[in-house]
Amino acid sequence: MSAALVTGASKGIGAAVAKELAADGWQVGVNYNSDAAGAEATVAAIKEAGGEAIAVGGDVTDGPDGLFAPLEERFGPVLCLVNNAGVTRDNIALSLDDEEWDVVLQTNLTAAFKLTRRALKGMVRARHGRVINIASVVGPRANAGQANYAAAKAGLIGFTKTVAAEVARRNVTVNAVAPGFIDTGMTEGLLETAVEHIPARRAGTPQDVAAAVRFLASDAAGYVTGTTLFVDGGMSA
Amino acid sequence: MSTETVTRERAEEVIAEALADVGAERADITPDATFEALDVDSLDLAEVSQVIEEQLGVRLGGKDVAQIKTVGDAVDLVLARAS
Repeated sequence: MSAALVTGASKGIGAAVAKELAADGWQVGVNYNSDAAGAEATVAAIKEAGGEAIAVGGDVTDGPDGLFAPLEERFGPVLCLVNNAGVTRDNIALSLDDEEWDVVLQTNLTAAFKLTRRALKGMVRARHGRVINIASVVGPRANAGQANYAAAKAGLIGFTKTVAAEVARRNVTVNAVAPGFIDTGMTEGLLETAVEHIPARRAGTPQDVAAAVRFLASDAAGYVTGTTLFVDGGMSA
Repeated sequence: MSTETVTRERAEEVIAEALADVGAERADITPDATFEALDVDSLDLAEVSQVIEEQLGVRLGGKDVAQIKTVGDAVDLVLARAS
């Protein structure tokens, strides 16, 4: 058993990922920024199902030490990192202000880099590791009003590929999962219009995404690295 | 993290051990040996840096590592940082 850190895991995709990893035997750090109750509920659900988890509070933009230390102290080296925490500040590029651009890039991309750099130290020494970055269909494709989000997610995919190439020979894989339209709090109110454009004719669920992450975190995915797995009901096909 | 005084002998020992762990041939690890000749690349050096930090309490940053070319350079740098 080894430790896994899932950022932004108090609800939605992150919570589903935390539960799936715990079901596969990972000892999970359920990170939250402000929703402590949500994180504790995720931890409780994991424990009720027979898994191990702790809630790890902290803003991913504050750096990795506060997130890794409690997890390492409790469970040992973190050998799986899921960079899921993300924010949106939507506006067309002409109207986006600097703060709206910066906070999205800092949270969705820069924080993922800093946490990955920290995680790789232990993974490289252990000769085993899994880094999974939650990207998006937005980035590889356009979505008006989300230039900042698209830039961060596209950047995350590029980051994934290069880091994967750097550490592959240490048995550390680095992959991205690109969710399409997933029915979570972040997408509330947009469902009906979006589904028309999805070949599967339904929104995805957090469990759909979590299943993909669970596979990439597993030993079965040891030869899968540097790739982006689109979980989007065919949107990108 | 170690708080021992770092001697040249100790630094050489730790660095040689770390280089061997990342695949360098023991017999080839001499002060004049270049990392290139030892087939030690930046990923290996990043790992060696971690070992140095853990065992000698000396932190080498990315820019430091980029400048060292030989085993002797690494030893000298560790001693300079430790003093």
